[in-house]
Amino acid sequence: MSIRTRRIKASIALGASGVATAIGLAFLAAILWTLVARGFGGLSWTVFTQTTPAPGSSGGLLNAIYGSLMMTLLGVLIGGPIGILAATYLSEYGRTARLSTVIRFINDVLLSAPSIVIGLFVYTLVVVRMGHFSAIAGVVALGIIVIPVTVRTAEDMLRLIPQNMRHASAALGAQPWRTITSIIYPAARSGLLTGVLLALARVSGETAPLLFTALNNQFWNANLNQPIANLPVVIFQFATSPYPNWQSLAWAGALLITLFVLLLSVLARLISSRFGSRESRIE
Amino acid sequence: MSATTLPFHAQLKREAGAEVVFRWLTIGSAALVLILLAGVMVALCDGGWPAIKTFQFAFLTREVWNPVTEQFGALAALYGTLITSLVAMLIAVPLSFGIAVFLTETCPLWLRGPIATCVELLAAVPSIVYGIWGLFVLAPILQHTVQPFLIDTLGDLPLLGKLFRGPPFGIGLFTAGIVLAVMVLPFITSVMREVFLATPRSLKEAAYGLGATQWEVIWDVVLPNSRAGVIGGIMLGLGRALGETMAVTFVVGNAHRISTSLLAPGTTISASIANEFTEAVGTLYTSSLIALGLLLFIITFTIIAAARLLLLQIERRGARI
Repeated sequence: MSIRTRRIKASIALGASGVATAIGLAFLAAILWTLVARGFGGLSWTVFTQTTPAPGSSGGLLNAIYGSLMMTLLGVLIGGPIGILAATYLSEYGRTARLSTVIRFINDVLLSAPSIVIGLFVYTLVVVRMGHFSAIAGVVALGIIVIPVTVRTAEDMLRLIPQNMRHASAALGAQPWRTITSIIYPAARSGLLTGVLLALARVSGETAPLLFTALNNQFWNANLNQPIANLPVVIFQFATSPYPNWQSLAWAGALLITLFVLLLSVLARLISSRFGSRESRIE
Repeated sequence: MSATTLPFHAQLKREAGAEVVFRWLTIGSAALVLILLAGVMVALCDGGWPAIKTFQFAFLTREVWNPVTEQFGALAALYGTLITSLVAMLIAVPLSFGIAVFLTETCPLWLRGPIATCVELLAAVPSIVYGIWGLFVLAPILQHTVQPFLIDTLGDLPLLGKLFRGPPFGIGLFTAGIVLAVMVLPFITSVMREVFLATPRSLKEAAYGLGATQWEVIWDVVLPNSRAGVIGGIMLGLGRALGETMAVTFVVGNAHRISTSLLAPGTTISASIANEFTEAVGTLYTSSLIALGLLLFIITFTIIAAARLLLLQIERRGARI
């Protein structure tokens, strides 16, 4: 091949890489544009003040928003601490233990495992035992999904804390648990917060594990022992319905969830970049 | 503080006691990760047992899915799962490779950060949003322009033409594959980008020194050097595609049958479970769906585990370099 054809080949290939990037970005733009264009039409104050309507009549998403917020927050409150404690073992007590290698590996697998399988698991574990669908089952399912996400980020964050802080604390006579709770956790605070925010972002859009745990509820419900409305399942039900007012509420709900998730991701990114720069200053 | 009022040896004892409690708390939490995995396996085996016992191995080889006569086979759902993921991979892998090359080689430095962030945002969009977008925006476009075009141009070809025959439904295996491709794109891209960046500078510079063009350096040096990582990233994306539920449920068409045409409606394992589980009546129906879930879990577990093992090797090698 002459140098000429090789150069032409190079320009074509590199040009194609630019086209590939443009296609990827076009998909993002198309999705966001559709969401804004169709979602804003459905957004109004009644979305936040009224409960889900019957077909044809007007209404909002109040009960679904409440159910989603409550279940995701409770799920993170349960899964977050467990995840951080597990990460503490991996980073502090068992950093080089063989058990830790196995747990890290299994955790990474769980991280990418299909969430619908977690839904089935919680169905057999909680729903069948209780005899009915309930918000509790939804919380358990979301909590289980939170754990691997938190373990992964929290361990990375704890490992960023310099070893000499641990040694200094130990030299003062502190037991490891005191070092961890009084020195390591405060130092890694914003990092751990990032992990929890990312976990929150991950579960707030989860639909599949809620389909047969929390189910859905057309009415206002604050009882954890009962099925509860939640945004993802309501969007699923309303979007696939033939009623225009339901469909427009589905778009409004989709816009709300996406804005919430993107906001959390950006927030997590901001906090973690500040955390990173502070760490580099210490070292 | 009450601790200061205690005698010194009692304080020490308390600290030591708390240490034991805290240590076991962390060990217990870490072990919970393993227990979860085992629990999922046991629960799915247990829940799917009536179906496995009734249909035995034939469950995997039969296409029939009839709730009325209580005859269930996984073949149609399994076929749909594999085909949609295959379509997704055929689209997503070249695109991801292109984006990763663009972000590590072609793109001006100041643009790399923003574009990488945008691609990562694709991963943050909830899957239900992909579903509703696929159903209301993508499917009509495909139905009115892309699919008629495919049917007219490729439908008459021998062999290959079979994949593109029949009426343009808009929804179906092909549409699901495209939506999946967009969803797994950011995951594959980010792994590829990282392993490309990890290529030793000296290798690339040596190739440039021998007179290679930029593309030849990428194709003949960077890609072979990061082969294991690239394969790992692709498999990670494949694992995601196989298990993705909501986006697929919206656009796959939910028909329990195997058709040679990619444009026909079909179903996947996850879409069947999502659609039918709450409406399933009778032990056999429910347990057949759980058995489908078990099948999905085994497939994705194997693929994700293999991907992670490959990526783990890269990390180890990276540490040695």
